[in-house]
Formats: sequence, C-alpha cells, structure tokens
Amino acid sequence: MKISSRIVVVPQENIDTDQIIPARFLKVTDKIGIGRHLFEDRPEFQVEKGFDILVAGDNFGCGSSREHAVWALKDFGFKAVISTSFADIFRQNSLKNGLLPVAVDSRTHALLKPGVLVTIDLASQTLSIEGGPTVTFPIDSFSKTCILEGLDEIGYILKHDTAISAYEQRN
Amino acid sequence: MKTLYDKIWDAHVVVPETDAPAIIYIDIHLIHEVTTPQAFSGLKKRGLRVRRTGRTFGTMDHSIPTSSRSLSGFDEMAANQVRTLAENCAEFGVPLYDLNSARQGIVHVIGPELGLTQPGRTLVCGDSHTSTHGAFGALAHGIGTSEVEMVLATQCLLQRKSKNYRVNFDGPLQPGVTAKDMILALIAKIGTGGGTGHVFEFTGSAVRALDMDARMTICNMSIEGGARAGLIAPDDTTFEYVAGREFAPKGRDWDEALARWKKLPSDDGAHFDQSVTIDAASLEPMITYGTNPGMAIPLTARVPAPSTPEDVQALRYMALEPGQELLGHPIDVVFIGSCTNSRLSDLRNAAGLLRGRKVNPRVRMLVVPGSYEVKRQAEAEGLDRVFKEAGAEWREAGCSMCIAMNGDSVPAGKTSVSTSNRNFEGRQGKGARTLLASPLTAAASAVEGRVADPRRFA
Repeated sequence: MKISSRIVVVPQENIDTDQIIPARFLKVTDKIGIGRHLFEDRPEFQVEKGFDILVAGDNFGCGSSREHAVWALKDFGFKAVISTSFADIFRQNSLKNGLLPVAVDSRTHALLKPGVLVTIDLASQTLSIEGGPTVTFPIDSFSKTCILEGLDEIGYILKHDTAISAYEQRN
Repeated sequence: MKTLYDKIWDAHVVVPETDAPAIIYIDIHLIHEVTTPQAFSGLKKRGLRVRRTGRTFGTMDHSIPTSSRSLSGFDEMAANQVRTLAENCAEFGVPLYDLNSARQGIVHVIGPELGLTQPGRTLVCGDSHTSTHGAFGALAHGIGTSEVEMVLATQCLLQRKSKNYRVNFDGPLQPGVTAKDMILALIAKIGTGGGTGHVFEFTGSAVRALDMDARMTICNMSIEGGARAGLIAPDDTTFEYVAGREFAPKGRDWDEALARWKKLPSDDGAHFDQSVTIDAASLEPMITYGTNPGMAIPLTARVPAPSTPEDVQALRYMALEPGQELLGHPIDVVFIGSCTNSRLSDLRNAAGLLRGRKVNPRVRMLVVPGSYEVKRQAEAEGLDRVFKEAGAEWREAGCSMCIAMNGDSVPAGKTSVSTSNRNFEGRQGKGARTLLASPLTAAASAVEGRVADPRRFA
C-alpha cells in the first residue's frame, strides 16, 4: 500500500471526534455519504477534497469512540492521517478501516507544510517528504498484515474458536 | 507482584499476545442505538449470530427524547435508529431495556444498577465513557463499531496490553469539593492526552472515602485524560453496592465471588509505569474555561493567558479574556445529568443546595436523571419537587444535553454550566459554550444566574 499525495494541514492540536463529525450526524444506520459532514462545524480548517493525506496536530481523534469519525475521513477521500500522536480508540478504529494513522516526531511534523508532496509506504513503514527526508513510522505489526493482506480480524478470532470455547468452559 | 489491571487482564487471556495482539474474553457487552446498527449489518452480511446473548444487553439513551418516553412526533432519523436497535435485538436474541422498560437508562448508569458491572469483569460498550464501570474494579473501556461487531460475533477483542498509571489522591476533601473536582484537577494537570496508552488506577485515602456514585464520576472521565480505562480497587463499599442486585451472584456464588474479588487489589510493590499524586485536601471546586476538559482551573482562579494557537481559539470560542475571573460570569443554561453526574447522590447534592431557593429567571435548568430507576428513587425522596419548585425542568432518563443529539441543546452563543464530561466546541449544540463543573457548582450557578461558588451556600 503506497499513498502519494499533496497534503492538507490542520495545524490544531487535540482535534476531537466531535470536531471531525458532530453528534447530530450520528443518527444514521449506515455509513453511506457520511463524508459530506466531515469538519462541518469547522469551515476555518479549509479541508478540501482531492487529497489523500491529512496532517493534524498532536492527540488527534481524542474524545468519543464514534467510528463515524473514521468513516467520514475515509468517505471524504483520505487514506492516511499524520500527527505526532493519536488517541487510542481513534487509532484502533482507523486501523480497522484501513485509514493509516501515521505518527511522526515533532521535527518531521514541522516540515509538513500545506501542499507538500508526501509518499507513505506501509510495507516499508516509511514516509518521504518531497525535497526532504524519508523517515520511518511505527505501526502495529498485526494491523499492518491485516491491511496489506486483507486479513479479516473477526475471521482470525473465529479460527481460535476451540480456545474460546475452552475458556468459556473454564469460567 | 501484579496490579489490579494485570490481574484482570491475565484472567481474561484466551490466546496470549504474540506478533498478533492477545485475544481477550469480554464478560459483559452493553449496546445502544447509536454505535450498533452498522455492527449488526456486518453480522448479517457474514451470516453470524451473537455468540453469547446472555452477556449482551441493550438499552436506548443517546438519541432518545427526554421530554417524554414516547417517540411519536420525534425526529424521524433518531426514531429510525431506535427502531433499528429494537429490531436487531429481537432478531439476535439480545435482551433490550427499551423506552417502556423500568430498567432503561444511560448504559453506564444501568450496568452498575443491574449488578452487571462486577469486580474483576471485562466490560465493553461502543461508547468512550465505558471507563465508568472501572469504579468497581472491572476492566471497562469504549470500543468502536468494528469492535462492537467483533464482540457480538466472538465475545472477544483483539488487544495489546496497556501500561499501568497510578493516580493517587491523598487527604480529606474540603466541604464543597467533590469527585468531579478531583478528576478535573487530574486532567488539568496531565492534559487530555496524558494517559494515552495507559490504564489509570485511582488510589489513596480520598478515593477510598468516596461512595460508588462518586467513584463512577472519577472513572467516567478517565477517557478525558486519554486513558481508555480507569480502575478503583474493590472494597467493602463496592461489595455493599453490588450485593442483592438483579444480576449479582447470590448465596454460595456470592461467597465465592467475594473471595475472588478480595484478591483483586494491586499487590504491594506492584510496578506502575507512571504515577502522579494529587493533594486532595488542597483541592477547590474546579471549572473549565476552554474547549477541552484539560482546560480547567479552580473556581476562584483567573482564566490563564493562552500559550498555544489552540488556547487562543478556545478563548475566542468561549468569549473569555485572559485574566478574567469566572466567578460571576453570566450563564444561560444549567444541565445536571450525563453518565458523569446523573446518579442519585448527584441529584441529592444539587437538590440539597436548591431546596428553598429559586433558579435565576435568566437560566434554563434541566435535570435529567441517569436512569428510570434513578428517577423513581429521586421521586420517592421528593427531589423532583425540589427541582420543579425551584423552576428547573425534571426530565426522563437519557444522555440529553451532554451530546445534544436529541434536541436538548444549548443555543449558539449561550453559556452553560454542565455536569457532563466534554466542553468541546459544539458538543452541547452548534456554537454552545460549555463550562464543566460539579452538580454543587452547577446548582449554585443556577441560583445566581452566574458562575457561583457552592461553598457560599453552605
């Protein structure tokens, strides 16, 4: 999985999931078209279509566990989000939907100016900035395999059905 | 030597962590209307059933009305979501406490009430405030909808173990200072990302002295400090609360459970990756001034000068100036409710202050009990009359103005003092300005029509 795109930058820290998708848009029973409400109450972020990579400040995705935040980012067209850190539940939700949460150090983050061309290669876990450095980023090895090989996590757990049944017998 | 978290984790490992995360068994799964429809759709697509229907319980709380228990004439999208939950629960055999049930309420209020929340259990829900249940020494955290589907299908989660973070509160609380002030003080100190990757364990004499409602308030807001879960070791206060509840063990099972539960507290000398100590005796009532729960100050302090662009934006949104006092700041709405502060003792605190007083005419005050059962108990004590006579609205149980999905919202540009958990931009309605505080501070502010110090009403 290789993503190459110019970047959209929202420089703010602690962007919570209420900013990503306000609660009034959570009354849906599907995921269709949810991207049209991405950052609906934050027009000043000026997040435009046509980019694959969003760059945001530290602790991105804090707050509510709503997976709608990830669905909205994906549906809008993003394939990766770069920050210096992500909230735990948001990171989990992202990985389960193939939206790459790419954490970089603050020095690299400072180089990510609007419009810069960035290439993210999941296989080698590298991020290359055009005219700048190439750095590596961490990602959960299992999630990486799941995304690269299309492995289904529920299917993976169900393969351990005997172990689950044994646990249930014991407890 | 193990921590409480280590012990619960170890007892629930189905398949240990390798390259892949561990497979962890989930004892209790609570579900609600907002984060489950897509999960049930996923199950149907796979042709799977719910693995343990007796371990999964549903209720309706987020998008339902609190003006009445009827959906007729209510927002069609919300009503559709509620109906979808009912259909899914019926189709998959999941018990549902719907709007006609005497057990309905906010997921994190009814779980403990029903005795589903027990020490040593693992409990998840598609809601970040699932951390609430950690007050019982249960490992409880919020999950996304993909994980809801995973737990429905397998009764398990794929998890990597978090780190241990000890939060120690020592010393007696001063009058007028509550659990809400303790947790706001912690988040102000460590920031909203301070606990990322960790599970909190709250310890110390100030925590031990709290009743279960107050302990739930603290664990509830663990997520606002970045930790998915927060724990408090079970003790006699915990056991007394659980005993006799509908799903609590009975007879010999109870004795066995109690023996097990007493072994749960962290061993002396167990390793914590991080720790922080807060002097509880020196705490004041706390209030937020900004747009995340870490932007909190003692009630008598002044709004700090901004140090980041985010701070500048927060003050602009809140229409506050650096150096300004919050005491005396005019307010428009007071909300007492949410999974943080909607339990009987919260309502008693607020009613105690309001008794014989009036809500200032400039203020709309909403009191929303956390569950039908809390409402019933409050009415049996006459708390509803105190609120109504003071001029507050007494509502049906639900999440209401905490998340403002159901029409209960703060108008744009208006300021609320709210006992809920999040002061994010737009959280209580587009353009709404939220000041988070305790039920005591909220009630005092309702009377004065301005941010007020509850200690002055003692």
